[in-house]
Amino acid sequence: MPIFARQGFAALLVVAVLAAFPLVGGKYEIDLIAKILVLAIFALSLELLVGQTGLVSFGHAAFFGLGAYTTALLLQDPDPRSFWLVLITAMLVAGLYALPVAALSLRTRGVYFIMVTLAFAQLVYYVFHDTKIAKGSDGIYLTGVPELSFAGWIPFDVTKSLPFYYVVLGLLCLVYAFLTTLGQSRFGRALAGIRLNEQRMRAAGFATYPYKIAAFVIAAMLAGLAGFLKATKDGYVNPEMLAWHESGAVLLMIILGGLGKLRGAVIGAFAFVLLQELFKSDAVFGEFAKRWQLLLGFTIIACVLLLPHGLVGLPARLRRRERENG
Amino acid sequence: MNATTFLVQCLNAVQYGLLLFLVASGLTLIFGAMNIINLAHGSFYMVGAYMAYALAPWVGLYLGGGFFTTLLVGLLLSIALGYLLEWAFFSLLYEREHLQQVLMTYGLILIFEELRSILVGDDVHGVQMPDWLAGTIPLGSLMTYPVYRLFISAVCLLVALGMYLVLSRTRLGMAVRAGSVNREMTQSLGVNIDLLYRVVFAAGVALAVLAGMIAAPVSSVYPGMGNQVLIICFVVVVIGGIGSVRGAFVAALLVGLVDTFGKVFFQEAAGVLVYLMMAAILLWKPEGLFRQG
Repeated sequence: MPIFARQGFAALLVVAVLAAFPLVGGKYEIDLIAKILVLAIFALSLELLVGQTGLVSFGHAAFFGLGAYTTALLLQDPDPRSFWLVLITAMLVAGLYALPVAALSLRTRGVYFIMVTLAFAQLVYYVFHDTKIAKGSDGIYLTGVPELSFAGWIPFDVTKSLPFYYVVLGLLCLVYAFLTTLGQSRFGRALAGIRLNEQRMRAAGFATYPYKIAAFVIAAMLAGLAGFLKATKDGYVNPEMLAWHESGAVLLMIILGGLGKLRGAVIGAFAFVLLQELFKSDAVFGEFAKRWQLLLGFTIIACVLLLPHGLVGLPARLRRRERENG
Repeated sequence: MNATTFLVQCLNAVQYGLLLFLVASGLTLIFGAMNIINLAHGSFYMVGAYMAYALAPWVGLYLGGGFFTTLLVGLLLSIALGYLLEWAFFSLLYEREHLQQVLMTYGLILIFEELRSILVGDDVHGVQMPDWLAGTIPLGSLMTYPVYRLFISAVCLLVALGMYLVLSRTRLGMAVRAGSVNREMTQSLGVNIDLLYRVVFAAGVALAVLAGMIAAPVSSVYPGMGNQVLIICFVVVVIGGIGSVRGAFVAALLVGLVDTFGKVFFQEAAGVLVYLMMAAILLWKPEGLFRQG
């Protein structure tokens, strides 16, 4: 089987397993997987920047949080609003903030770029933390719900566990397909070229600056989408969603999964959250579960030491070892 | 705002800036000399503050007490900690990319936070300042200013001066500067670069711990205090130009001034101002004020 078809087959299999999961999982598990799927969208959006374009942003939570806050502020009346309207507005707000941020921060590079993106994220954090726009550091509850309707027909309540699960799964597939197509397009090739050697891309006649801005804005809008889903699911938003920990955590996910591969972002989101759940579980670690951060810390360090290419690189590494031994 | 209030705010700004410099200088030294992004640097500040809290009773019991004895014990411990950490952990990071360093030191933050929680708990604690520094001095006819804040500024200034002398006038400083420009060349000239890195790292840790220890009586000690300082120190390092100690000094004072006066004039926007300043400076000078090399 050609590698392309094999990967497509594997992807279908994963989607099928995820779609069938609610048949066996209880409410808690369904909510947990839904949370992971939302984070997977968030991680995919950052993967476009870091893995595909080579721009390490340490402020990606700003766009996630902006999407979530837009959702919360739009849903302050008890009347339901259109799901699609809120979704698109959340994405647009994230994208609109990303435009000046990209234009300014892309003038710097390397460690400086990391820090400038962090600075712009902190800026948003303090705006929501210190001012009364959305109840400051207390956070804000959603009083209304987004309503998913098809020409007046409302098939289900999106905020319920099961419908939400499938909506998120569907959106994740859409985002994944979109990013895959993007990666194979001329635009995606140009981004890969920028990652490998920006100088050469410029010499080849590409104006790299607009390409990078476009990638940054697309990534921000997808993060806004994830933020919208997160807010819809939790019914509550607070400034911690914008904090640098969140930017750090999502970076962690894509590095843990493996940079440069889209599936790495999804695998990373699963690995990160499931590891957290595992270490927090009383059943496995008993009293020690309260100290889950300790184990998580050691695990992160061990992962980076032993798996420099992330979990995606694990099979290749094992194969190589086998070949060397056998 | 009258002249006395202005003076008080200036003193506060300088004290805050100098304290930031103490933490940020270690960060920038480690970055400049060893090319390592160390997210766990804020944890060392936290370790310092908790040392000031936890060591004081112990020192009182066994060594007869005293503020400076506690400082000294804390510093010795921190040098040992830095030396050990470099040997056991950070030496693994030299060959790695920046992203991986970010990740591994992030893991280290989690470990430090959890160890802190296990050893000392999650409560907020106050730390006693020595009696002879607890007073205030009069400023004008109405205002007073705490002596301890002046003491912090003085200590920081002394350390800054000491760093300047060591870096610019001694063989060790020469080796550090050479090592940050070209590692292989310095090694081939007969400098033991592994030992040098260990010393630089231990010094960086000691600086952050010292900052934490002397800040503890003013700020009190609380969980997560390291992270707060970490981000602002990164801002200082980036504004000053990564690897430049002189840059860190100027940037720390700038940040101190902007933050303090921001809180006076625009209470709601105070948090934003520092980051706006950083963005503005980096747009003007994309590699910081004092770029090295």
